[in-house]
Amino acid sequence: MLKVTDLHASVGDKEILRGINLEVKAGEVHAIMGPNGSGKSTLASVLAGNDKFTVTSGSVTFEGEDMLSMSVEERAHKGMFLGFQYPVEIPGVTMANFMKLAVNERRKAEGKEPLTAAEFLRLMREKSAVVELDAKMTSRAVNEGFSGGEKKKNEIFQMAMLDPKLAVLDETDSGLDIDALRIVATGVTRLHTPQNATVVITHYQRLLDYIVPDVVHVLYKGRIIYSGDKSLALKLEKEGYDWLINDYKE
Amino acid sequence: MKEREEDILKKLESSEYEYGFTSDIETETLPKGLNEGIIRLISQKKGEPEWMLESRLKAFRHWQKMPLPTWAHLQIPEIDFQDIIYYAEPKPRKKLSSVDEIDPELKRTFDKLGIPLEEQMALAGVAVDAVIDSVSVKTTFRETLAEKGIIFCSISEAVREYPDLVRKYLGSVVSYADNFYAALNAAVFSDGSFCYIPKGVRCPMELSTYFRINAEGTGQFERTLIVADEGAYVSYLEGCTAPRRDENQLHAAVVEIVVERDAEVKYSTVQNWYPGDKDGKGGIYNFVTKRGICHENARLSWTQVETGSAITWKYPSCVLAGDNSVGEFYSVAMTNNYQQADTGTKMIHLGRNTRSRIVSKGISAGHSENSYRGLVKIAPKAENARNFSQCDSLLIGDKCGAHTFPHIDSRNRSAMLEHEATTSKISDEQLFYCRQRGVSTEDAVGLIVNGYAREVLAKLPMEFAVEAQKLLSLSLEGSVG
Repeated sequence: MLKVTDLHASVGDKEILRGINLEVKAGEVHAIMGPNGSGKSTLASVLAGNDKFTVTSGSVTFEGEDMLSMSVEERAHKGMFLGFQYPVEIPGVTMANFMKLAVNERRKAEGKEPLTAAEFLRLMREKSAVVELDAKMTSRAVNEGFSGGEKKKNEIFQMAMLDPKLAVLDETDSGLDIDALRIVATGVTRLHTPQNATVVITHYQRLLDYIVPDVVHVLYKGRIIYSGDKSLALKLEKEGYDWLINDYKE
Repeated sequence: MKEREEDILKKLESSEYEYGFTSDIETETLPKGLNEGIIRLISQKKGEPEWMLESRLKAFRHWQKMPLPTWAHLQIPEIDFQDIIYYAEPKPRKKLSSVDEIDPELKRTFDKLGIPLEEQMALAGVAVDAVIDSVSVKTTFRETLAEKGIIFCSISEAVREYPDLVRKYLGSVVSYADNFYAALNAAVFSDGSFCYIPKGVRCPMELSTYFRINAEGTGQFERTLIVADEGAYVSYLEGCTAPRRDENQLHAAVVEIVVERDAEVKYSTVQNWYPGDKDGKGGIYNFVTKRGICHENARLSWTQVETGSAITWKYPSCVLAGDNSVGEFYSVAMTNNYQQADTGTKMIHLGRNTRSRIVSKGISAGHSENSYRGLVKIAPKAENARNFSQCDSLLIGDKCGAHTFPHIDSRNRSAMLEHEATTSKISDEQLFYCRQRGVSTEDAVGLIVNGYAREVLAKLPMEFAVEAQKLLSLSLEGSVG
């Protein structure tokens, strides 16, 4: 589904991604871990097409198509979803209106008719249950005055609404209490099917108790330096990164 | 991200004025220029009584002695007041007795604007007094309103048919001596609307007037007078679209509202006159005086969405004369390209326990300049007066300006005044977030702007709110490249 080959990206003169190789197949869950500042969030942003970063070399294909030549919205329409680490507030725009536009833009790109108001409301009710989201939330402005937990639940709610092929979740577990973590993680698991794929970026093994990864990668200084199965996350939790990164320190 | 922003700006600048068409209607005009002879001709054409002519002449003589106001934050090109035609009316081909008989050209203009003049109006429950250029062409729902004793007609008709009411109220809130443009209007006003709601009557429908400037080089000088008698209620809508013109056109309207004891008036405006092209050529000059007086327990609410005109100079105000009266001002003013707006309100607290609320949302894009100017005045006898003001500015791009000039003049120590202000930009993060969800940059800008203006838009009557939302997006959108 997703194939990243020798991807280099920089912001200004500073190179942050220095040759990423990653392949994600349908039905898989990948976890990306690594110390702060290693480029995890940058990777997520670059995959989504944020033009704050410049891709200097390498390639990314999504279902065989060159993704780097696509605009941010085209990638979204093809089924790429980014769960934001810091979801942005859009004052005065209700979640319902925002989602209606998003869902129908995706449908338009797929050559489908827009949903009727009734169909949309039904979809919204059904999907808000996935993350135990209070139905009242959808009449509030996008992320405005949301608590940290609500913002993250809201990201997964949007993921449920848009039904992406590939979801990249950037530290969706940060700032969550135990209950919220369970709800968010269970929501992600429920949305997982053999047809889609999930990449979770996290610092903590506890998220992976719920979302069991097929592969765990360690990102350090802009490269994936080590990959393993889910036991790697447990080891990292216990021993930290030192045993891995010593060789790479400059 | 720099590049992205420039793209957006380019798109915004290439935005075309959707209603920029002209219609070909035979127009009867007077020669250019202004003198006592022209005023006599206008008055004569309208078959006015002597007192009306005298009142016009008095205003004209005063106007001649007045200097142009220069205090606004506006660059106004010199206007040659002798190079303007002060009166024009579309010639009806024959006397109209039904909708079908309206000049087909005129009808097409209405249709292009989406003004539903016909049967659907009945269903929508809106009575329209459509004004093309200066003379009311058609008034609907007169009978329905007449049953309740409500008068809704053109001001010229009111001068002839209801002289006592007009003499009592015309100029009572905005005197001819008030300001330069009000004096000019009092001298040459061509037509406009008159509305009277009798004691205790609640107007069963929203009254609406569409103004449309049409004839080339014609200044339009509308005069509106609304009187809500004791305990009455009316919601009044004013909406404007004008066809594209290269030549600048002057508009100096006056709106006067009298809200008697226990009465309530809501006045809503959506203004979308031709703003000029993307280089700042052409566009309407809009110098408007709007003011209402509230007597005891009365309430007046102004709501405006201003997206058009090259220059806007407009301060809908409330004189809170009676005890416990309430004044409100809700405004969205959007400027793009080289548009300039200096708009706001005056809340004059004279009575005890008077309250006012100001919510102003400015949006500037392109090379435009957008100013809020407000005055909250608490008179010595206005015990326990309250005001809350909120003035927000939203900037799109880095070549536009937003300015706030709030004035407070409190002469009573029991007054309580609050002022909040914010300035914000549409952030790259917001745009990226929207785009990641599949929403195009252009739609995202429209969405964010509408969200920002929501508090004000929510004050508009439903059908108007929808139109206003479209307008806001439209005024910012270009063709997607």
